[in-house]
Amino acid sequence: MYRYDEFDHKLVAERVEQFDRQVKRRLNGELTEDQFKPLRLMNGLYLQLHAYMLRVNVPYGTLSSGQMRRFADIARKYDRGFGHFTTRQNIQYNWIKLEDAPQILRDLADVEVTAIQSSGNCVRNITSDQYAGRAKDELVDPRKFCELLRQYSVLHPEFSYLPRKFKIAVTGSPNDRAAVAVHDIGLRMHENDAGEIGFEVLVGGGLGRTPYIGHTIRAWIEPEHILSYVEAILRVYNIHGRRDNIHKARIKIIVNQMGIEKYRELVEAEWQRVKDGPLAVPDEEIERIERYFAPPRYETLEDETDSLAEKRAAHRAFDRWIRINTAEHKVPGYVIVNVPLKVLGKPPGDIDADTMDAVADLADRYTFGEIRINHRQNLAFVDVRQQDLFELWQALDALGLARPVLDSISDMICCPGLDYCALANARSIPIADDISRRFVDVDELADVGELKINISGCMNACGHHHVGHIGILGVDKRGEEFFQLTLGGSSDQHASLGDRLGPGLPQDEVPEAIAAIVGRYKSLRTDGERFLDTYRRVGIEPFKEVVYGGDERKAVA
Amino acid sequence: MIIANRLTDGLVVFYKGDGGWTVDIADGLVITDEAEQDGLIEAARADEDRCVVVDPNLIDVALDGGSPRPTAIREAIRAFGPTI
Repeated sequence: MYRYDEFDHKLVAERVEQFDRQVKRRLNGELTEDQFKPLRLMNGLYLQLHAYMLRVNVPYGTLSSGQMRRFADIARKYDRGFGHFTTRQNIQYNWIKLEDAPQILRDLADVEVTAIQSSGNCVRNITSDQYAGRAKDELVDPRKFCELLRQYSVLHPEFSYLPRKFKIAVTGSPNDRAAVAVHDIGLRMHENDAGEIGFEVLVGGGLGRTPYIGHTIRAWIEPEHILSYVEAILRVYNIHGRRDNIHKARIKIIVNQMGIEKYRELVEAEWQRVKDGPLAVPDEEIERIERYFAPPRYETLEDETDSLAEKRAAHRAFDRWIRINTAEHKVPGYVIVNVPLKVLGKPPGDIDADTMDAVADLADRYTFGEIRINHRQNLAFVDVRQQDLFELWQALDALGLARPVLDSISDMICCPGLDYCALANARSIPIADDISRRFVDVDELADVGELKINISGCMNACGHHHVGHIGILGVDKRGEEFFQLTLGGSSDQHASLGDRLGPGLPQDEVPEAIAAIVGRYKSLRTDGERFLDTYRRVGIEPFKEVVYGGDERKAVA
Repeated sequence: MIIANRLTDGLVVFYKGDGGWTVDIADGLVITDEAEQDGLIEAARADEDRCVVVDPNLIDVALDGGSPRPTAIREAIRAFGPTI
């Protein structure tokens, strides 16, 4: 993992003390709320429906056990004993007091964690593949470049007041688990024929009110030029992006209005000007950062076959858990274990302090003390010895975290919605709860297979509803909550935006509508076809039919 | 009623009318006389200037067995907490 150097420590410490003074000035009346708001947002502090909310960065979703324990301490000391992992691989605390915020930031700085730029019109947390550096299907480990981009973008004076927020995601695997096509900049890393690594650069993707899949602005750029190229994109955006209308201020709007060709021309012209300047990254710098991500001391092991097969045969639930919740590791004898934070009766992504501590202990005991967060609000242990799988499964089961639900109906993305969020129009957590109770049987979940349901409580789309295989969007219609369904969205390497199924449904009809869609899929699927494959083959009509019965009488929203 | 968030901790509070605020909606002032409304919201906004509360606003409530309940879902959730 990356460790702070003296510059990082100094910069973060200074920022905390600066914020402490800003909070004091707000509390004693020297700053109005209008003056203070942009300052607190730059430090991740929102004012939500019930309290202040603090969003804390987990850079590219990588966390040490010690950092997780600190998250638990903060949940206990300053919050109501829990935290919420988000689609941007961050953690949010929902019940923070303004007067405590500076001390929380100090506590976080002690373990090299910040909330800097977790909000505001700046470059946000760089996100990535939760399996980075470990997945068998990975071509390039993206973490060193995520870290390079993090260092470059934190407190960058030119890009601290962009027209709007700016999100960058990086994947080094052809199987995109980081949703790069729906980011302001998406970076896909791969090797060329000469064995050199480089980036395909996408720009102008995004969700929200006006969703777009990103365009490839450049098919190949060498690592030494990645900062200058990103800077050229940011500078063109900073100049041309709209500041007169918040709904039209994201880069996707300007890219799509101007056209990708024109945007590319402007970026290339700017890039030619800056590419050989101080932003050219020397190999030594990349190597210096890379050393922080050196592989842990793996034992020389063989893939477990016989002993694991015996245990799997003896314990059906263990077998299913392996099949569904684990992923292949690039090192023989090791495996990646996913820990979905989808516990019945709890909001997706929520985790209490005791469970955080327990997860940290398991990370120390069964891995090299590292925990990953993914954009589907789940955790992962990325270095588990296959011979430890049975013990780890039992330990997770005791915590209620061994449900074999990864990528199933139960593994929903869900924003906080109107239960917490000041922007929301409708509640999303109760919908997730209703659906998870409707599909509680793990045999049924396994039979249905991969079906990603994404739920947002408003069109800002924090719950990524546009790219859910089934998307659910909460809307307010004359003071009542309704839910619009979309089908066929995806955020992977074949990203697509969902198609609207029809008029919104009242809350109590949503689980049955999902059940009807699932039933229709099961009757239509061919061997091995996932829901998304079937949908792409047959289109929306068969699903419309089962939900609305040919009669869109529920045309209320 | 007049609803706001308390500056120091962000908690939802209701104006009591005598210059004070309460976290318990049942103790808040239900404004029934429209003629008083403007004066009260002005007094509440003065508390925003004095750094007591943030963003005071008038909301509609219905009296449910004598206890006020916001008619909008959003404000009801603010008053009574998350529903799940």
